[in-house]
Amino acid sequence: MNIVIMGVGGQGSLLASQLLGELFIRQGLDVKVSEVHGMSQRGGSVITMMRSAKKVYSPLVDPGTADLLIGLEVIETLRGLPFLSKNGKIVATTQIVWPVSAKKDREYGVPEENGAVILDAVELSRRAGNEKTANVAVLGAVSAVMGYDEKAWHEALGATVKPEMLDVNLKAFTLGKQEAMIRQG
Amino acid sequence: MAQNKKLMLGNQAVARGLHEAGCSFVSSYPGTPSSEITKFAALEEGVYAEWAPNEKVALEGAIGASFAGVRAFSAMKHVGLNVAADPLFTVAYTGVNGGLVVAVADDMGCHSSQNEQDSRHYARAAKVPMLEPADSEECRIFTRMAFEISEEYDTPVLLRLSTRISHSRTLCGMEPSVTYQAKNYVKNASKFVMVPAAARPAHAGLEKRMIALQKYSEDIVINTIEWGNKREIGVIASGIAYQATREALGDDASYLKLGMIYPLPLDLIKKLSESVDELWVIEELDDFIETHCRKNGIEVNGKESLSLLGEYTVQQIRQAVLSQRLPEAPMESALPIRPPIMCPGCSHRAAFHIIKKLKLTVMGDIGCYTLGSAPPLSAMDFCVCMGASVSALHGFLKSRPEYAEKTVGVIGDSTFLHTGINGLMNIVYNQTPATLLILDNSTTGMTGHQDHPGTGKTLDGTTAYAVDLEALCRSVGVSRVKTADPFDLDATEKAIKEELDANEPSVVILKRPCALLPVSRTGCKYKISEDKCTKCRRCLGIACPALQFGINGGIELDANICSGCGLCAKLCKFGAIVKEDSQV
Repeated sequence: MNIVIMGVGGQGSLLASQLLGELFIRQGLDVKVSEVHGMSQRGGSVITMMRSAKKVYSPLVDPGTADLLIGLEVIETLRGLPFLSKNGKIVATTQIVWPVSAKKDREYGVPEENGAVILDAVELSRRAGNEKTANVAVLGAVSAVMGYDEKAWHEALGATVKPEMLDVNLKAFTLGKQEAMIRQG
Repeated sequence: MAQNKKLMLGNQAVARGLHEAGCSFVSSYPGTPSSEITKFAALEEGVYAEWAPNEKVALEGAIGASFAGVRAFSAMKHVGLNVAADPLFTVAYTGVNGGLVVAVADDMGCHSSQNEQDSRHYARAAKVPMLEPADSEECRIFTRMAFEISEEYDTPVLLRLSTRISHSRTLCGMEPSVTYQAKNYVKNASKFVMVPAAARPAHAGLEKRMIALQKYSEDIVINTIEWGNKREIGVIASGIAYQATREALGDDASYLKLGMIYPLPLDLIKKLSESVDELWVIEELDDFIETHCRKNGIEVNGKESLSLLGEYTVQQIRQAVLSQRLPEAPMESALPIRPPIMCPGCSHRAAFHIIKKLKLTVMGDIGCYTLGSAPPLSAMDFCVCMGASVSALHGFLKSRPEYAEKTVGVIGDSTFLHTGINGLMNIVYNQTPATLLILDNSTTGMTGHQDHPGTGKTLDGTTAYAVDLEALCRSVGVSRVKTADPFDLDATEKAIKEELDANEPSVVILKRPCALLPVSRTGCKYKISEDKCTKCRRCLGIACPALQFGINGGIELDANICSGCGLCAKLCKFGAIVKEDSQV
């Protein structure tokens, strides 16, 4: 499975990839995650690529080959669309972080086609009790799209977040999952 | 398969390898993508790790430790090895006592660098063996092997990394650490004192060593042929290029996977060449392996079809080798770009605001403040390498003295201590009336907040003497040294103007800790007072991420990311930017 996570610095792309990595390892799969450090983090676009299979060689996802595009910010999600394969799915938040000096002369939205799940993850994270869990709310929605049993996800979450943050993250995860299930009917 | 393995960053796996190899001395200067190795090494039991002022000092420290009999290591980015090249070339002559390994991380694609140089040439030029891992597990294992090779062949060993190896997480195991018995230190001047009489025989010894290492490269377990299902296509590859090629060509092709990329094997290459219809070398950046093959009369395909620039995608490799058409490039995106920018509250923003206001010519340098080159600040004329702002300022003004009153050098504190101080000595010694601005934010910002000799703390947090930049500048002969807070815009402007007017060398230290350091937290936020805002957009000229165009032509201030530095409030002529608790 090829996954691309698009966001901007500070949104928790790294934690999202770690959680998914834990999930895949628990299925006995090989995993590779390519991260962005350094200059590109200074308020720039943050793109995280991850791949899992029985055996993975390259950690990079080529354009047109992502099975899943996870969007933590609208403009970055749109920027990530060329990575998506024909049957690839989008799970993304409605949050927009305007780049400096962007003229707000048009609206941006992620197309809700091909079963895309678009949710207001920031609102869900507020309901969970901590805005920093928006990334985990998105992953809750991902879990509804991707399958694997609830227990595997919870274990992966438990292995990723700090123990004192587990409850609020579980809440955000569940809210995200419920929202995705409603949207998917 | 993954039961006892963990997802580990390549750099972390190198640090784990250092621990397992019994390496006890690590000295480095940070540089993306190599920085995390040394940070992780400091957490490993039995490893002493430190930040040195620059890569040359770091490597020389490691050389001293190796001569003392322990296993020693230094990590740097590709351009860091340019700085450390001097000791590397001669320690290749002396050889080692305890094992000596140098990691060098290339940056194909220039993700965080000023160039895209191929460090493999250093292995050849300095006649030092080089290993190249292709994932985190290999990072760990090759680090261990590098120390064994270093001691067995009495040579420093280079470990070549790259952005995608250093900054990818892949599954990595762990093994117990070896019990390393430090070697005795015995004075041996003919080996360790490189005067001409010793260097000549040492050079002869080095050439013999390279012949032995070349033979070893035929047998070393990390150079192997992986036979494919067919014998049509054979590929020679290493590192991340090997991974992309395996992905692109699958199990049908045969691969000579090289873990040791210098010296290069010949028999193995011939064996593959004779067994396949066409032989390819897939290597990012230069035609290093390809040249070796051609020189030895082996016909290969490579750079005629593949670029000398950047990283390869799986699709590009398929296009080159299998003549598959590249998928159509996506339509040019109309999305607003999101380039790296200075953080909210960054004091460099204030410094560059003044520099721009005074319309100065700027000799820039390497660090967060290089972002001052980007619009709308656009306040940099030049940026080449660490320290060059100071030394090139001298050459520029000697050649164009009429620029002296409107030209400054701009360098950060860490970079000044790295290689800036030498240039300042030259300015004083050769009497250039230059003005240097040291943007002192008390950290090495761009690479992730490493301490340095000016911060008063070592890598493990121990309190240390903090170099007094003002006293340092005075001590090399600059009598005009001033310190100002860049957020005090009037004082900063006045200081810069006065020093530009002075007809002698001068330094202005603009001191304010990095906005991301805990000490910089202001605990306050600003907001726009709508009825006072005239929409003049003066505040947008400083490119603070917290200030945005509003939907209706107004200004929006994002309180979530506002650091409370108040720079925008100082710039607003209408008092329209106020503290959040103000009753306006």
